[in-house]
Amino acid sequence: MGYVLNFTLVWRHFGRLEWGLLLSLELAVLAIGIGSVLGLALALVHNAGGRAVRLAVGAYVECIRNVPLLLLVYLVFYGIPTVIDLRYSATTSFVVTLSLYAAAYLVEVFRAGLAAVPTGLIEAGRAIGLRRGQLLRDVRLPLMFRIVLPSLSNTFVSLFKDTSVASVLAVPELTYGAQWINFNTFRIIEVYMVVTPMYVVTGYAILWVLRRFERRLAVR
Amino acid sequence: MFAAMLAALPFLGGGLLVTLEVSALVVVAALFGGLLLGTGVTWGPLALRLVIRTFVDIVRGIPVLVLIFAVYYVSPEIGLRFGNFTAAVVALSLFSTAQVTEIVRGAASSIHHGQMEAGRSIGLTFTGCLVWVIIPQAVRRFLPPWINSVADAVKGSALVSLIGVVDLMLSIQQVIGRTYRPMPLYILGAIIYFVINYTLSSLSRGFEARFAYVRE
Repeated sequence: MGYVLNFTLVWRHFGRLEWGLLLSLELAVLAIGIGSVLGLALALVHNAGGRAVRLAVGAYVECIRNVPLLLLVYLVFYGIPTVIDLRYSATTSFVVTLSLYAAAYLVEVFRAGLAAVPTGLIEAGRAIGLRRGQLLRDVRLPLMFRIVLPSLSNTFVSLFKDTSVASVLAVPELTYGAQWINFNTFRIIEVYMVVTPMYVVTGYAILWVLRRFERRLAVR
Repeated sequence: MFAAMLAALPFLGGGLLVTLEVSALVVVAALFGGLLLGTGVTWGPLALRLVIRTFVDIVRGIPVLVLIFAVYYVSPEIGLRFGNFTAAVVALSLFSTAQVTEIVRGAASSIHHGQMEAGRSIGLTFTGCLVWVIIPQAVRRFLPPWINSVADAVKGSALVSLIGVVDLMLSIQQVIGRTYRPMPLYILGAIIYFVINYTLSSLSRGFEARFAYVRE
């Protein structure tokens, strides 16, 4: 094979990958943050609401989960502005999409978490006279959070990988940076040799840190 | 809106077929690959386990989109003349194989190792043990997540539109390119994907309920 590896051009444009990785992480953090708030709200509404509310939340979850992320990304960025008079940047659009996407997965996670809080503790809280709001704030939510933490970590890492789809809207995240170097320098093998470890190492590093954090908070 | 959807429908048939074709090829390839690697990673010698672990962890650690781009753009550089269709199927199969390997490993390790030892001690060969002892028990653990992975393959196949494979996603984009009316088409596309994947996920839930009696 007459191919000689040459990383000079990849290093020259490494800034695009570096900032791309940071932007990917930023997008994932925003999506998990907004998605968690929305997902938790929907989970609580689902548990408290009547039949119609449960059906509506269920429909939202199924609609998002059974459609490819790419289609949702296109729909929000190219589709919605043609129907309602709204203008937003590609990045905003992607954050909104990924948050809605994350929320649909997290609703189920939070519902399972709320259901897994031991009933004995809730009864104990009620027995010492906590009101519903207090019970939720001081007993159910903190315990739920500790129970769902492993699922949250997994979701975060998978959202981090999903940020690669933002490259189709020319959001300059890591995959877009890789594509840019690919098309402009033709050092194709080299760029993927650099980008692959960047994704793998970052993903597993995040997971490792979060796992340690989880162990400290695990409900025993 | 509805009229626009109806008018576009005939132009999506070919794309839908390609989506189904890609998904089917990926599912079959990943089933074989995953069963093989999953068996290897559960019962193989240490060296083999390490190799498979590394492969699975790397493939699962990068986004599918990057894997598709990497296979598509790197393959000609190393002398493989893939078309975009082949590159798409290879990339998605690699990804799905890694997923199925994990599912197989999970299902296999949910069976107590005493089962294998008991099978071996009454004289069954390793393959005999797999076929007559392990698989009949592990299949209950395997089916629900595996069907979910099939749904993931269908959803993942939308990404192949980005390397120019004219699947459902790209046909939708092509129709929009002519009509300049994105919303009806995206909604129609969402409905088609929904129907396919909802059927699969309902099937998965059905099996899960069916096998719910299995408890360790």
